Amino acid sequence: MTATVSPVLVLALAAAIFAVGLVGVLVRRNLFFVLMSLEIMLNAAGVAFVAAGAMRSQPDGQVMFLFIVTMAAAEVALGLALVLQLYRQLHTLDSDAAGEMKG
Amino acid sequence: MKGGPWAGLLMFIPALPLLGFLLLALGVGRRSRWLVTAVGVGSVALSALLATELGLLFGYLNPARANVDVDWGSWLSVGDFRPTFGLYLDALSLAMVLVITVIGLLILVYSSRYMAEDPGYRRFFAYMNLFVGSMLVLVLADNLLALYLGWEGVGLCSYLLIGFWYQDPANSRAAIKAFLVTRVGDAALAVGIALLFTQFHTLQISELLRRAPEVWPVGAPLAVAAAALLLAGAVAKSAQLPLQTWLPDAMAGPTPVSALIHAATMVTAGVYLIARMHALFLLAPTVLALVAVIGAVTLLLAGCAALVQRDLKRVLAYSTMSQVGYMFVALGVGAWGAAIFHLVTHACFKSLLFLAAGVVIASLGEERDLFRMGGLRRSLPVAFGTFVVGGLSLAAFPLITAGYFSKDLILYSAWTSPQGSVWLWGAGVVGALLTSLYIFRVIFLVFFGAQKRQPERVGGLALEVPLLILAALAVAAGWAKGPLTAWLATALPPVAGATPASEMGLSAIATVVSLAGMALAALLYFRLPARVALWAQSSGPEVVRRLWRAGWGFDWLYDRVFVRPVVWLARVNRGDVFDDGFRAAAEAVELASRILRRTQTGRLRWYAAGVALGAILLVALMVVRP
Repeated sequence: MTATVSPVLVLALAAAIFAVGLVGVLVRRNLFFVLMSLEIMLNAAGVAFVAAGAMRSQPDGQVMFLFIVTMAAAEVALGLALVLQLYRQLHTLDSDAAGEMKG
Repeated sequence: MKGGPWAGLLMFIPALPLLGFLLLALGVGRRSRWLVTAVGVGSVALSALLATELGLLFGYLNPARANVDVDWGSWLSVGDFRPTFGLYLDALSLAMVLVITVIGLLILVYSSRYMAEDPGYRRFFAYMNLFVGSMLVLVLADNLLALYLGWEGVGLCSYLLIGFWYQDPANSRAAIKAFLVTRVGDAALAVGIALLFTQFHTLQISELLRRAPEVWPVGAPLAVAAAALLLAGAVAKSAQLPLQTWLPDAMAGPTPVSALIHAATMVTAGVYLIARMHALFLLAPTVLALVAVIGAVTLLLAGCAALVQRDLKRVLAYSTMSQVGYMFVALGVGAWGAAIFHLVTHACFKSLLFLAAGVVIASLGEERDLFRMGGLRRSLPVAFGTFVVGGLSLAAFPLITAGYFSKDLILYSAWTSPQGSVWLWGAGVVGALLTSLYIFRVIFLVFFGAQKRQPERVGGLALEVPLLILAALAVAAGWAKGPLTAWLATALPPVAGATPASEMGLSAIATVVSLAGMALAALLYFRLPARVALWAQSSGPEVVRRLWRAGWGFDWLYDRVFVRPVVWLARVNRGDVFDDGFRAAAEAVELASRILRRTQTGRLRWYAAGVALGAILLVALMVVRP
């Protein structure tokens, strides 16, 4: 028998994961950790979709999760390429070092 | 075209010098000085010939002595403002035309030698021709607008020729000063002309003079205003108080320019204007009285200033001012004919004095200081002889010189005219004393005593012939007193209601006074030089001398009252107060941009926080508002 978990709890979990990711993006200066935090935020969004789909007994939530996984793969590929370029230019992974567009 | 067979000739008189100017300005004679002389002198010579012929025609063939009117249609048309380009010839303008062309011709002949070595030879003759043409337009115009055109034209040429040697900044400053000071009067004149137009809807001079007495009673406020505005124009042009300060500085120009523009013709344009508009001035007795007072005060102040100048040409400049003051006195007492007669004789003897002074100055290598000259009567006999003739005429040496007859007529009118008074007459007599004193001071200082420097030989027929002719005119013009005044009376009414007085008695007093002036000058120079030297060192006379040498300190006063406040205001308002509003708007935008720029830190995490904050706000909005 399946034990039912309250969707509210799942959504709360998603929010918590999202918050962790967001804090990671905001406080970490190392671009690798920023990318990882972004992944965490995407996963939080995925959990929220799945929970929402389960609440309405519709598969759309899981379809959206598959999209998110695909998009995350693409994003990581692009993000890593950018990080690599940045490291070649600046010889550091510190995001604050890339401040040339300061007004 | 109407007005008889000479109407066709008339247009050529102003047209020829203007054509000469055009040719020279467009580059004729760029390579050959001979061609410049031919065009520059030739055009004025033809004008002078035509003017002489016209004078003969006018005098003998026209028994009615009617006015000649030539009209070539209008040159602009705004509403009912349709000024024509017409010429008008009567005894007054013919006298002026003869003075301008004949004396102008003599001065140009003189210049062809005097300016021969100047690199700006062609430019000089172009300006001079433009001047002669403009002056002829001024005196021949039949309407006030064309007169104003000539009026501004001569002002422009005066500016150009004072600053002819523009490489020296002092000359340019003198030119600008002359231009600005006369501009004050020109503005008043323009307003006066506009006022007359609003009242009469025409600028035809004859029409104005005919209708003004019909419309305005004597002393009408508008008539007084119009006359006062015209007077302001005349005062500035003729270097009378209080706008006289430009004339002494105008001596920065070449000497022939001083002779033609600043002695013979342009400075007398104000006298011509008042004589031409005499019917208007008769309607404004207060303004007419003011004319006489201005003339009397100017002739005295300028006479005193001329006594102490060190610069030969400045003596002559103050003398011109003083003599034009005599003309204003004559105008002020209604003796129009006497004023024009003095204008004619003054043109002869003053241009003679200037040209002779030019020879002296050139022979000493542009030396103008009287106290570095001396004993030149043997080495420069022609200049000496002609200068003495001119000086005698200026000092009104009795019975043989032209100046005697014309000044005598003015003094007689000042005494007998109903507008005259013993004060005006007395000022004229004191002025006569000053005149003979200052001109003989110059003669003694320049030509007598020990020779301080050996003059170079300057000369040649081109210099000497005009001097001799002018010397003859400076004597002979007086013999024409009877016919000339009778002839001028055809255009200008005689003094009305004069109380007869003993002409012999008045004349005797004036003669004695002017002879006394000469004697006093001789006494001081030959018998009492030690006394003069004593005065020169004591402090009391020193103050007076410095005041007079500075022309009574008018320059100082105007500098304090007008120049400095204006310069101060300009410096304060350098950024234009009206721009401040626009500048404030621009500064507000710039301030906002400086604040907003702070948000562009270039830090990725800062931007990410912004995005997160925005997202949170949006979500919050969705949550709070159902």
